[in-house]
Amino acid sequence: MRATSQAFLENAERALGDVQLQRALENVPRGFVTKRAAARARLPEFDALRDEARAIKDHVLANLDLYLEEYERKVVEAGGHVHWAASSAEARAIIVDILNAAGARRVTKGKSMVSEEMALNEALVPQGFEVTETDLGEYLIQLRGETPSHIIAPAVHLNKEQVATDFRRHHRALPAGRPLHEPSALVAEARQVLREKFLAADAGITGANFLVAETGSAVIVTNEGNGDLTQTLARVHIVVASLEKIVPTLEDTTTILRLLARSATGQECATYTTFSCGPRRPGDVDGPEEYHVVLLDNGRSELLASDFRPILRCIRCGACMNHCPVYQAVGGHAYGWVYPGPVGAVLTPALIGIAEAAPLPEASTFCGRCEEVCPMQIPLPGLLRKWRMRAHEAQAPGTTPWQGRLALRAWGWLARHPRLYQLAARLGVGIARGFWARYGRLVGAPFTSAWTRYRDLPAPEGGTFQARWRRHQRHRQLSSAQWRHKGPGQ
Amino acid sequence: MSRFDQRDEILARIRRALGAADDDPERRLAVMKRLFDHPPGTVPARARRPRDALVAQFISMLESQAAQVSRLERARDIPKAVVDTLRRRNLALRIRHGSDPYLAALDWASEPALTRHLGAATADDAAGLSRALAGISETGTLLLASGPDNPTTINFLPPLHIVVVREADIVGSYEEGWAQLRALYGERSLPRAVNLVSGPSRTADIEQTLIMGAHGPVALHVFIVGSD
Ligand code: SF4
Repeated sequence: MRATSQAFLENAERALGDVQLQRALENVPRGFVTKRAAARARLPEFDALRDEARAIKDHVLANLDLYLEEYERKVVEAGGHVHWAASSAEARAIIVDILNAAGARRVTKGKSMVSEEMALNEALVPQGFEVTETDLGEYLIQLRGETPSHIIAPAVHLNKEQVATDFRRHHRALPAGRPLHEPSALVAEARQVLREKFLAADAGITGANFLVAETGSAVIVTNEGNGDLTQTLARVHIVVASLEKIVPTLEDTTTILRLLARSATGQECATYTTFSCGPRRPGDVDGPEEYHVVLLDNGRSELLASDFRPILRCIRCGACMNHCPVYQAVGGHAYGWVYPGPVGAVLTPALIGIAEAAPLPEASTFCGRCEEVCPMQIPLPGLLRKWRMRAHEAQAPGTTPWQGRLALRAWGWLARHPRLYQLAARLGVGIARGFWARYGRLVGAPFTSAWTRYRDLPAPEGGTFQARWRRHQRHRQLSSAQWRHKGPGQ
Repeated sequence: MSRFDQRDEILARIRRALGAADDDPERRLAVMKRLFDHPPGTVPARARRPRDALVAQFISMLESQAAQVSRLERARDIPKAVVDTLRRRNLALRIRHGSDPYLAALDWASEPALTRHLGAATADDAAGLSRALAGISETGTLLLASGPDNPTTINFLPPLHIVVVREADIVGSYEEGWAQLRALYGERSLPRAVNLVSGPSRTADIEQTLIMGAHGPVALHVFIVGSD
């Protein structure tokens, strides 16, 4: 998909004015935030588990090569194939090869952010493959030709009326007058339509929440069971996963699983957690005949060597975006690529280049909520700050404009010349007060329009900070002298 | 291996990023030790309760995730309970199940009206029956292992899924579930698929309204069976 992250400001402005979207976004804090808080409160061990989960992933990343080798060995032992792709283009080519070799035409897909990252559907459809997303949210946006706006709730930006309209347009074989007012009717219709797809599929493609090195298993975590039908019914099962999805053991997987659903949706656990380990075995009466895993690097090995390594601990729970005031206000599409929210603002510059995504690290108030709720304790604001610095160094478009930089440089120079600084501050306060006396608030004062267009800037009270500080110090000296004079207890 | 495969290049890049040598015996030893020792993390206190409390918690957790739970005293009550469940839901008296010896050994002849189909589920099955290897109390979760005994399709295709779990197989934590699997399948080895199931299928993808029966079963009914 083509990134529009550069246009974050315009995207955000459009999102803020989109009434439908704003109504849909109200569901984010109402649902996810309260439920996560309740789930965390029900598990006293939550914070201890966070420490352990972080340590597990740090250990994996420090030994990633060895765990990948062990994982691969177990998959091959079970009769599966492991393919290694350095880039998205290679991964797409590998998947096309697998499908062609198996004579597969009809493809069902479970939800996979990595497949979004590699723009898999855009590669498969023009080549004549019939691709159906089976996660309900993914299906809804596939019908609309959209991309996910949230990593666990891809259609969170849609209302049920929009869904009903899309269903009427696409499900032509069904009676035109059928009632579709209720979400339950919409879900029932999707179930019926997608059942046919599951049953007819030649190949099923799923992502993976984890790859377990101990057993060579790919783990998927879902509530719908769509991933399971995808990977069980088709002749060929293809898992696509990025390198950092590795965890050592079943116990380690468990530790992280105890955090995942609680952080994501506030559930105690997801409805379905499935460990798949290779193709059908002797005696099996169901399951895929072929089993492939496509491991995608696409920049991960470089991240490993950089200051941004901690982002590779991410388990894609979505908590950071659910709690982000910027995400809550503008939704996911404004971020302009696959991963929105704080995790996206860190990951996107790494995966598509800071020049393409410089406005994203700026899309933060540094309130720190994301780091607070991240189950993997990823220092998201700190990483965003690092990107800001790099963007400035590279003078990437979308960072602070030259006027701003000039102003900061001027301020820096002034700050190093105290006398001049005092003079300038006095002057500034004087001017601001002049404006205030005239208009009652600050409007149209030089350099302030970006702020005052949407907000009031209160007029300064009582002179410059330095003047007030001097007064304050004098006052303190005076009162402590009095105190010494009288002595305590008198 | 595909013509696009970059295995060695990627592994070399990772090693460069880590500043590590691939033949460093110390790193490899640490990794192998972890894989074979599989040390557990913090096991929640709620998974380490007295037996009765674990069973009660298993039930209440399942119910809170919209599953129905019945307790049966003996295995021989299962056929009748299956028939009752089908009747209550106005379903034809037909059930699909695998070749699990525990299920096969039941006195199905006591319910002559019930037709049983063996093997993998098909799109026409309205109800399926499986036996779980374990019930995990801490989250109200069934542990099902794939194979001819309990084909995976039964867990997902029929709108009604009935799962039998012996009370003795209810454990506190996931870790105990893994221990059972290792005892059955060996170290570093699992059945083709392990399904952890904690309720009927659901979605909240439309306006975050929770709806049951997204793609998998619309209803999950769990029979906890006593010792005889
Ligand atoms: S960065 Fe943390 S909170 Fe955000 S999706 Fe990843 S794990 Fe979840």
